[in-house]
Order: sequence, then structure tokens, then C-alpha cells
Amino acid sequence: MSQKLEAFLERLKKTDTLDDLQRTIEHIRDVYDVEHVIYHSVSGTGKQYGALTYDPNWVERYLEQDYTRLDPVVLGALRQFHPMEWKRLDWSHPTSRKFLNEAIDSGVGNQGYSIPIRGPNGQFALFTVNKNSNDDNWAKFTNEYARDFLLLSHYVHQRANHIHNSDESTQMRDLSPRERDALIYLGLGYARGHIAEKMRISEHTLRVYIDSARYKLGAANTTHAVAQAISRGVIVL
Amino acid sequence: MIKYIYADNLSADPVLRAGMFQDRRIQFKERQKWDLDVNTKGEEIDAYDAMNPLYVICVGADGRHAGSMRFLPTVGQTMVNDHFTHLSGGGTITSPLIWECTRFCISPDVVNSGEVAAKLMLAACELGLQFGLENSVGVFDACMVRIYRRIGWSPEIIGSAGSGADEISVGLWEFSLKAKLRLCTKFKISPRDVENWFETSFTTPEILKVAVA
Repeated sequence: MSQKLEAFLERLKKTDTLDDLQRTIEHIRDVYDVEHVIYHSVSGTGKQYGALTYDPNWVERYLEQDYTRLDPVVLGALRQFHPMEWKRLDWSHPTSRKFLNEAIDSGVGNQGYSIPIRGPNGQFALFTVNKNSNDDNWAKFTNEYARDFLLLSHYVHQRANHIHNSDESTQMRDLSPRERDALIYLGLGYARGHIAEKMRISEHTLRVYIDSARYKLGAANTTHAVAQAISRGVIVL
Repeated sequence: MIKYIYADNLSADPVLRAGMFQDRRIQFKERQKWDLDVNTKGEEIDAYDAMNPLYVICVGADGRHAGSMRFLPTVGQTMVNDHFTHLSGGGTITSPLIWECTRFCISPDVVNSGEVAAKLMLAACELGLQFGLENSVGVFDACMVRIYRRIGWSPEIIGSAGSGADEISVGLWEFSLKAKLRLCTKFKISPRDVENWFETSFTTPEILKVAVA
């Protein structure tokens, strides 16, 4: 995980309103030095929400033209779950080309990386990072930050759910006994090597348990995860 | 060669599709005696195949199914989390950085099963490296432990039940460049070929045509 991401997750836990979320999205754009960052979610009941940095005129035009019906990024993300490179998608149809040109004229960068996010009950979200770049530099960029964006997208999504107070955020998944054990030992201040030994697992697997617990708790880092787990009564030290 | 195909694109290749589901019946139902449903066409298809999973399929020179595996993200519904939490320490394994890999299957008709298995493992590793994933998690039989070891990329077993040939386990594989290069060297497969499998599958054919022209 990069330091950029670590700093972000800290910031994200103080993101309590939709205005905060919008500023956080803008902050992501600035820190990763990209043209745009877009978070867009559709709830199971069809309610839409977006925090994004596009020109409002472009957003208005996009909605008015109902471009989701032909946007290759949206069409791909609705069916598939892997992170998508825009340039690998099918832009061959004349209407998609026209759409792309229009987007670029409106200040959308030529390269994009979009991560589909799925929730229970038909919830769907898309997190996109967009930049003007040549293919080589873009490949280096996405390669360096693929993992950051994967985590960032899911944490932003969790936070948006939390702010919306949606069912999904209250359906907090239970921590497994081993995830609880890992957090308890961390809370007691044991070193990771020692914890792994006590739990008879490798340090790598310990990290998997800690990451999984962090994700379930929506925690920015391990300290935050331990604090969250204690305050929710999930663990007792 | 290796193809990465989502379930909803499988129907474009009915022979490959039928071959995979029938070979799964032979391996899991008939050989490993798992309690699985089989349809009238002799295909083993379960609920997870209906969730539009991503298959990694090794296609033989004759265009038929030589081997395959199936991926689903662990932030959604997975087999390990639905049915095997007693093996993974009593809870779910859920992370944006972990995908579940199940139904690792080799066709009984292939003569070079070791090579097919190695190619599939390499393709899985490439998938993880390209998308920034950290691990895959899977559930497997005792007999597979030996196969993974022979290939040279063993999972870390985090829980098991049963004993001897009946032992089943849940394990984690760590995606790493080291693992990829080790397998490439061992099975004399060029890393570039592995990257090409990925590029070809995840890029729209139209774009490849332009790139070639």
C-alpha cells in the first residue's frame, strides 16, 4: 500500500457528509495528479449518487442524453467485475466514438481506469480515475497504483454507504474468530511475528486476516480497526 | 492457449463451454465423488456459475477444453464463504484484494496434464498481478496439494477437515512476480506469452486488429 493511500484512509474516516465526500474525491484527484476522479453508485432501488470532478456541463449533458445506455465503461462494468482499462473496451461503434470525442472535448482525459463495485441487494457502483497521458506513462501509472485504486474504490464506497446510512453499512459482516484473535493480539501490542507464531500461521496469512478485518470494519489502518472493534464490542481487551 | 472468459460470453463457443462443464462432472462428481448436481447433458453447473464468474480456460490445439478454473471476488458471494467457513476459522474471507478460485479442473483427455495445470496456474497469477490483487483463496482436496506442490506454487493452508484422501482444505495463494517467473522458468513458458493471453482476452478484438494493422 502506498503512503498516498495510507494518508487517504485516515482522511476518509473523518468524511461524514456528502460535501466531505465530494472534497475527498477532489483530494484524491490532486494527490494522484489525475484529471478526474468519479464515484457513482446506483442502489438496489435505483437511487443514484455521484461524487465527481467532471465539468458540471458534461455531467448535465451525460444525464440528459442518458449516455449510460451506450457508455462502454458502464456497459462493461454492469456485467463484469475486473478493473477496466478504457482503451481495452470496444469504442468501435460510431455512436461510442462520437460519445468519446464529445467527452474529451468536455475535458475528460483520454485514459481511464474504472473499478466496478458490487454490493448485496443489487447495489452497484463505479470508481474511475481519469488522466491525460500517453500509453506508456499510463501503463506505468496504473501498474503502480492498481492496488491503491482497488482499495480506495471499496473504501470510498463503504464510506458513501455509511453516510447514506444504507442497509448495506448496517449489515456489517461478522469478524471471524481468527480475525478477532488477530485484532486482540494487535491491541495488546504484540509484534506481528509473535502473533503469527501464536496463531500458527504465516505472517502473510496474518496480514490477510488483518486486511479482511479492516475491510469489514471500514477501518483506515490497523490501529483504527482495533479501536473500531473495541468500540463496537466485537473484541474485548 | 489460455482464454479468460466471463460466463455470459461462454455461449459464443458452445463446444468449449460443454467440454468444460462435462469435464468438471468427470473430475469432481465421478472421480472425486463430490456430491454435485449434473444436468441432463452431463454438465456439472452450480449456483456460482450463474453469478457471471470469470473462467480461465486452457484451450487445446483442437479448440476443446483442456482445463479451467473459476474466479469470483470475495466482496461478493463465494463458495468458501457460503459453505466452508468451518475450514477458514469460522468466518468469511472478504477483501477487495482477494478473489476466490474454484473448480480447478483438467480434462481427462489431455496427455500433458502437468503442462495444462501449470499454464492455468500461471494465467491465474497473471490475473492477480495485472489487477493489483494480493491473494486467491480456494477449497481443494488432498490430491490437489500434491499437484500444486509439483507445479511449484503451493497455497498456504489455513484450515482443513477430514483426513487422508478425504481431507479438504482452504488455502491462500499469494500473487507475486516471483511465483510467475518461477513457473515460467520451470515450464519453459515465456512471460511475454503469459502477458499475451491476458492482453488478448481483455482487449476488444477491434482494438487488436488496429494494433496489428
